[in-house]
Amino acid sequence: MSEPVIYELSRPGRSACSLPEPDVPAAPLPEGWLRGDDLPLPEVSEVDLIRHYVRLSHLNFGVDVGFYPLGSCTMKYNPKVNEDASRLPGFAQTHPYQPEETTQGNLQLMYELQTYLQALSGFAGVSLQPAAGAHGELTGILIMRAYHLARGDAGRTRILIPDSAHGTNPASTAMSGMEVVQLRSDARGNVDLDDLRAHLDDRVAGMMLTNPNTLGLFDEHLEEVAQLVHEAGGLMYGDGANFNALMGIAKPAELGFDVMHLNLHKTFSTPHGGGGPGSGPVGVTAQLAAFLPGPVVERTLDEELCECQDGEEHDATCYFYSLSWPKQSIGRLKAFYGNFLVMVRAYTYIRMLGAAGLREASQDAVLSANYLQARLRGTYPLPHDRICMHEFVLEGRLPDAPGIRALDIAKRLMDYGIHPPTNYFPLIVPEALMIEPTETESKETLDVFVEAMLRIAEEARMQPALLHEAPHNAPVGRLDEVRAARQPRLRWTPAES
Amino acid sequence: MSYVPHTDADRKAMLATIGVRSIDELFADVPQRARFPQVTLPAPLAEAEVVRELREMSEANADLDHAACYLGAGAYHHYVPSVVQHVLGRSEFYTAYTPYQPEISQGTLQSIFEYQSMICALTGMDVSNASHYDGATAMAEAVIMALSATRGTRRKVVLAPAIHPEYREVVRTYTQGMGVEFAGGEDPDADAAALAAQLDERTACVIVQVPDFLGRLERVEALAALADAAHKVGALLVVAAYPIALGLLKPPAAYGADIVVGEGQPLGMPLSYGGPYLGFFACREAYVRRMAGRLVGETVDERGRRGYVLTLATREQHIRRERATSNICSNEALCALAAGVYLAALGKRGLRQVAEICYQRAHYAADAIAGVPGFEVQRARPFFNEFVVRCPLPAAEVNDMLLDWDIIGGYDLGQAYPSLVGHMLFCVTEMNTREEIDDLVAALRAIGEGGKE
Repeated sequence: MSEPVIYELSRPGRSACSLPEPDVPAAPLPEGWLRGDDLPLPEVSEVDLIRHYVRLSHLNFGVDVGFYPLGSCTMKYNPKVNEDASRLPGFAQTHPYQPEETTQGNLQLMYELQTYLQALSGFAGVSLQPAAGAHGELTGILIMRAYHLARGDAGRTRILIPDSAHGTNPASTAMSGMEVVQLRSDARGNVDLDDLRAHLDDRVAGMMLTNPNTLGLFDEHLEEVAQLVHEAGGLMYGDGANFNALMGIAKPAELGFDVMHLNLHKTFSTPHGGGGPGSGPVGVTAQLAAFLPGPVVERTLDEELCECQDGEEHDATCYFYSLSWPKQSIGRLKAFYGNFLVMVRAYTYIRMLGAAGLREASQDAVLSANYLQARLRGTYPLPHDRICMHEFVLEGRLPDAPGIRALDIAKRLMDYGIHPPTNYFPLIVPEALMIEPTETESKETLDVFVEAMLRIAEEARMQPALLHEAPHNAPVGRLDEVRAARQPRLRWTPAES
Repeated sequence: MSYVPHTDADRKAMLATIGVRSIDELFADVPQRARFPQVTLPAPLAEAEVVRELREMSEANADLDHAACYLGAGAYHHYVPSVVQHVLGRSEFYTAYTPYQPEISQGTLQSIFEYQSMICALTGMDVSNASHYDGATAMAEAVIMALSATRGTRRKVVLAPAIHPEYREVVRTYTQGMGVEFAGGEDPDADAAALAAQLDERTACVIVQVPDFLGRLERVEALAALADAAHKVGALLVVAAYPIALGLLKPPAAYGADIVVGEGQPLGMPLSYGGPYLGFFACREAYVRRMAGRLVGETVDERGRRGYVLTLATREQHIRRERATSNICSNEALCALAAGVYLAALGKRGLRQVAEICYQRAHYAADAIAGVPGFEVQRARPFFNEFVVRCPLPAAEVNDMLLDWDIIGGYDLGQAYPSLVGHMLFCVTEMNTREEIDDLVAALRAIGEGGKE
């Protein structure tokens, strides 16, 4: 069931576009610059183009197709009204350099989104500029670095990172020019306090912590961890990938975090797109607000615009919204202002749910995860037997099915019409299966998943070949990744057959 | 409404299975003093209400469906064929995750493989990755790659002043912890020869933008000479290219580029007030293992069927962690899909036609504006579809007056270069009709004469 590469559908002379006839005099083209006939792009008709992409879409599994319990990715339902909002021409057809008086709608939306994220997180300042979580992490570490340098302390070059952390955490730290120091987790999945104390000194710029962590657990000593780091002169960075457990439940700024990124494409329902675009806004406490990347959006009361009487509360129309630069900004993290149309989607989501709806989302995300954990713990090893948050980790191996690994379970789930959970992460659990249902799945869907997992455990014992040879029903079987890496074919060439 | 399907009966049943009496008990690990805080947000809205709110907010803007626009400067108004949005609207694509489970993600994987192939076609490079956040961050990653490719012993980067000012800022922000020494100066008129003169054995790379930020093209021979000069000292040449222009102009591979980056937004993404955009990144075969970002490769399954997988993952953060080539994880995959559809829709001849229309209409506009008293078009170097105009009044005032004609004028170059105060950068694309251009010229004439409509 494979679809030809679009080049294989190409025939000279075909076209899928129509362009207007030239209507101005032809100016001579710049000497020496003209490309020859060597523009190897396909030539297809519109019907073949559409059929190609429609058929490719049939080879894809998305949240709109079925259950997608990928831990730490928060594959919640992507509301369609968000998609409509992002396509409003008033938003989509605006150029970032238009005069501010012609983009007050955009600037108002960004300003309000800044304030909504502040309200949820407890932070005093927000930048919407980072385009993804990892981008937000880089931003946050650079802020911590700048803060210490501004204090005259050039010796703080280390960042403490738990062994359960997502790979982007150490990678972002290395990109900032800082040194990674890894900390152990204890038997209950918390940061090991002894290991933390042993590594705290005046070389530590701060700590990166995901909370709840990648085991889905809320650190039982969070306050003490933050206190220890602060007492040693360091700052607390929060990786907000798991914020879906915390909306209306707790504000990270009140838990001791100084700077944190959020993922709009996780917690705030914007679609994953097959790998982006996302958005990774960063929130900071008041003492770090001056270091945020620029520009941010501010507003000023505009006497000319404001028609309020005395005592009347100002509304959005009373203000002029504009871009401004934080006073000690670390600089720009990308051109322009951030992934604006992704912000529109998140904004729409927050306006529809309100505070009560967001809290309900987090509560039900945690409820659903604990429900699945309760139903699966008797069958699969559960390394940390505690109430979990919005996700939990099982071991994908069974005592009486020795040849079966997490990989086999994952591939067999595909035959049941379910996307596998995250596997082999976090690294501290062998054969890890990280399961995050999110709040948008019905109990029936959860029960179908449980039934599938129980059946697969049975198959693992009785018919292991079914797992080893899975998936059986997918468009392709297991792919030779070793060959892909050893003989890289990274683009189509005509010699392909 | 929060899109949550759970009824009270569902919740009761789940709580019973878990063995707790209330949902609140599930949050016992949250410090009591911080638990269940007051969160102040606007009251929730029904879907029809939120649609109205958003529509009103969007209508508080002036948008390009209703105003003619002559802004370019890194974001370009091009026609997006209707097929692009229809493909992007298929939720099998947009609600999918990163294709780590390739057996059920062949749609995403193959479309990215096709995108990679088309970027190689455009740029003449051997390999392209699956995307960066935008052209500016792609350029920053190119610098990081050049530092690594030159064994980490070189710290100098020659940055052409005629590169987009925000790109140069982003490169500096990204490298602020890396001890990079920047050279190149601040004079936007510094040419390839002037840059070549600054290369030495400490240089990791030299970076130019083609056409440059002011829309200009140097001679191909000059750029080839710069490439030679770089290679002679063991440095890389990085070229930031405008992808539409590549439909008409020689690709950077032809004059010796090692890495080609750029902003892919013109390839099927609306202006979007600056994002989401698409950073494309392509390079020579020799550097593939130092590349940042995701890579899709072709392989076979156990039955010999062709399929696609993410590959060379040992470069990436989830495998190599602090030794990864970059921290990038989520990128701009759906925008890369848009670019693939756009390039397939336009095809070999369509892209060239779009480039030609942009070129011709820009030259028509430049010639007409040159005839308006008070306005002086800079013609010292050839240009593609953007050109510099010295205005008789401050650029901001000219633009203010143009708004009365429902025209969004060009970019105020005084913001970017002190030597260009009073100058404006006009961009013309296939979206500016001849009539619109004539209206612009009439408006500028009136402004030059001190009049208003």
